[in-house]
Amino acid sequence: MHIAVVLKQVPDLVEELEIDSAGTDIDRSFLKMKLNEFDDHALEQAVLLKESAGAQVTALALDSDGVDQVLHSAVARGADKAIKVAAGDGPFASRQAAPALAAAIRSLNVDLVLTGVQAADDVFGQTAPFLAAELGWPHVSVVSGVEPAGSAVRVRQEYSGGRMAVLEVDTPAVVGVQAAPQSPRYVPISRLRQVMAGGPPESVTATAGAAPAGTMVVALAKPEQAGGAEMISGSTDQVAERILALLSERGLLRG
Amino acid sequence: MSKVEPGRVNEQEHLEFEGMDISGHWNRMFEQRVIWQHDTGALDRVTAITGAESLGYCYQCGKCTPACPVDAVGDYSPRKIFRRTQLGADLLDSPDLWLCTTCMNCLRVCPKEVNMISIMPAVREVAVAAGKVPPELQKAFENTFQHGNPMGEPARKRADWIAEAGAPVRLMPREKGPVDVLFYTECYWSYHPRGKDAARAFARVMAELGTDWGILGPEEKCSCDSQRLAGEKGLFEMVAEQNIATLDKYEFKRLVTPDPHAYNAFRNEYPKLGAEYPVQHYTQFLAPLMERLPWKRKLSYKVTFHDPCYLGRHNGEYDAPREMIRAIPGLEFTEMFRCKAQGYCCGGGGGGMWLDGFTAGHVSERLSERRVKEAVETGAEVLVVCCPYEVSRFEDAVKSTGNEGRLIVRDVIELVDEALHA
Repeated sequence: MHIAVVLKQVPDLVEELEIDSAGTDIDRSFLKMKLNEFDDHALEQAVLLKESAGAQVTALALDSDGVDQVLHSAVARGADKAIKVAAGDGPFASRQAAPALAAAIRSLNVDLVLTGVQAADDVFGQTAPFLAAELGWPHVSVVSGVEPAGSAVRVRQEYSGGRMAVLEVDTPAVVGVQAAPQSPRYVPISRLRQVMAGGPPESVTATAGAAPAGTMVVALAKPEQAGGAEMISGSTDQVAERILALLSERGLLRG
Repeated sequence: MSKVEPGRVNEQEHLEFEGMDISGHWNRMFEQRVIWQHDTGALDRVTAITGAESLGYCYQCGKCTPACPVDAVGDYSPRKIFRRTQLGADLLDSPDLWLCTTCMNCLRVCPKEVNMISIMPAVREVAVAAGKVPPELQKAFENTFQHGNPMGEPARKRADWIAEAGAPVRLMPREKGPVDVLFYTECYWSYHPRGKDAARAFARVMAELGTDWGILGPEEKCSCDSQRLAGEKGLFEMVAEQNIATLDKYEFKRLVTPDPHAYNAFRNEYPKLGAEYPVQHYTQFLAPLMERLPWKRKLSYKVTFHDPCYLGRHNGEYDAPREMIRAIPGLEFTEMFRCKAQGYCCGGGGGGMWLDGFTAGHVSERLSERRVKEAVETGAEVLVVCCPYEVSRFEDAVKSTGNEGRLIVRDVIELVDEALHA
């Protein structure tokens, strides 16, 4: 099985986000980027499949600042190969990114595409569906657990209310990963440095799609401070009494 | 009595050894000795790791056990680690691997030089490479890699503390040119609220002394000594190379740092990477200058002092902080029972700083809590420290042992600063 894992960077919240002067995007001049957490899980899922069933894993990401390190980390984690897809200056909405990524994936002859179910920067959750549409392949999202099943894969899809469905999807397919069966493993820096010493990842060029019509960001604002926090002071008994009263007022106490 | 199996006892009727006649039952040798029938694979796998060979030297004398600060609050010591490994326990999978704080008190008493300061990082490195690393420590590693500090604070804010210092602090990347003292602030003085208090006090004292000094600000990264000891040698090497490249850009007569771990790194580890600096712990830099300070008030506190493992045992400096304490007018100084070379450990070294939750599951109380109780026993009102790890560790321990109101924790520089202001 050949698995392609699609990775993307999102702003690292270690830096406080500011809104740019136009008021329609975050100020990207001071941003520090990091791998999207769900993509991290997609990568872990791919490496787990490689370990349990044998697979070739190729990590893919659109070219952007700092993406080499993300791809090197993927190889240090267990991917066999990393490819940087150069599609011009981003950032791209997932609708624009999908055609470029799909073109790169098509040339790889893969059986399965794994990517994060969504990314924190837009919480849109459409990269996997758009990729599947571009490729004409079946698609399942919100998946936590993938295992091989002959010419198909068996996936656990999460529903609301804590329910799970087990589905079989014919390959090739695109899967949006919510969580890998285990936390993404640690990449020792010595291994990462060995990979980095091998030079930058392979680069291919591709064309991004047109900007999507119909949606545009009109304004971006920080959440308003709601206030309303109550600092409880007094003796331990007084504090306990007040907490009890608050819980009771809000109907959080039974009986 | 068990019966000796025929053929398994070897007793020579006539035997001479080095010219002595040792004929008789005293040359009786049972074959095989029981230990040889055990699979020693677990121990062999550890002692085969470069740097961990000396674990095999242990002859079970047990001197390390009462010296080990972790054994004082748990069931742990090099001797016990050796014995468990000898009996087949896999150290790579054992919590034992992460409890050592590399305080070096065992090596001080070990007649066989079983060196945990070398064994622990070496074996941990193998565990880390196999993905076996406690999650809280993993987070500290990742933070250090991403942001240059184990807390995951933004690099951009590394010098934010200077705004409220009340004294000028030169940011060397902004104000070019040589300095006498390049002050390596390190992570906990840069970001931790109580560390920042000490950093600001230091800036005010330096202003009184009129020293020509500066800091690297956002260009500084963690010296990474504790990450190295916690098993991330690759991370240490990478960040150390970055720090060396940064330091190469600036002209300074000496490095001064408040962090004994950074002091240890610059003194003993960076030279292995080809970078040698004249380096001092801030107590070594300040102790001879104490007489020049214009004291404004007497501090009538009873104080005691905790020796940082990486200043004392690792680098042999016990006097400088004591000279500072004695120079501050008014202090009444009492030593704790365990002090200087046999000082107790705060629990923060060797990665312990980032294993608090993990360690808590294997000890009856934190090392810092045990130490705070020892400080209270002396009758001291102030526990004086000179390591950035310790203020937060001991202040938490003061609260958790119910000693709030009885003992406060102060960096020695905070007391100097206090005595300089009426």
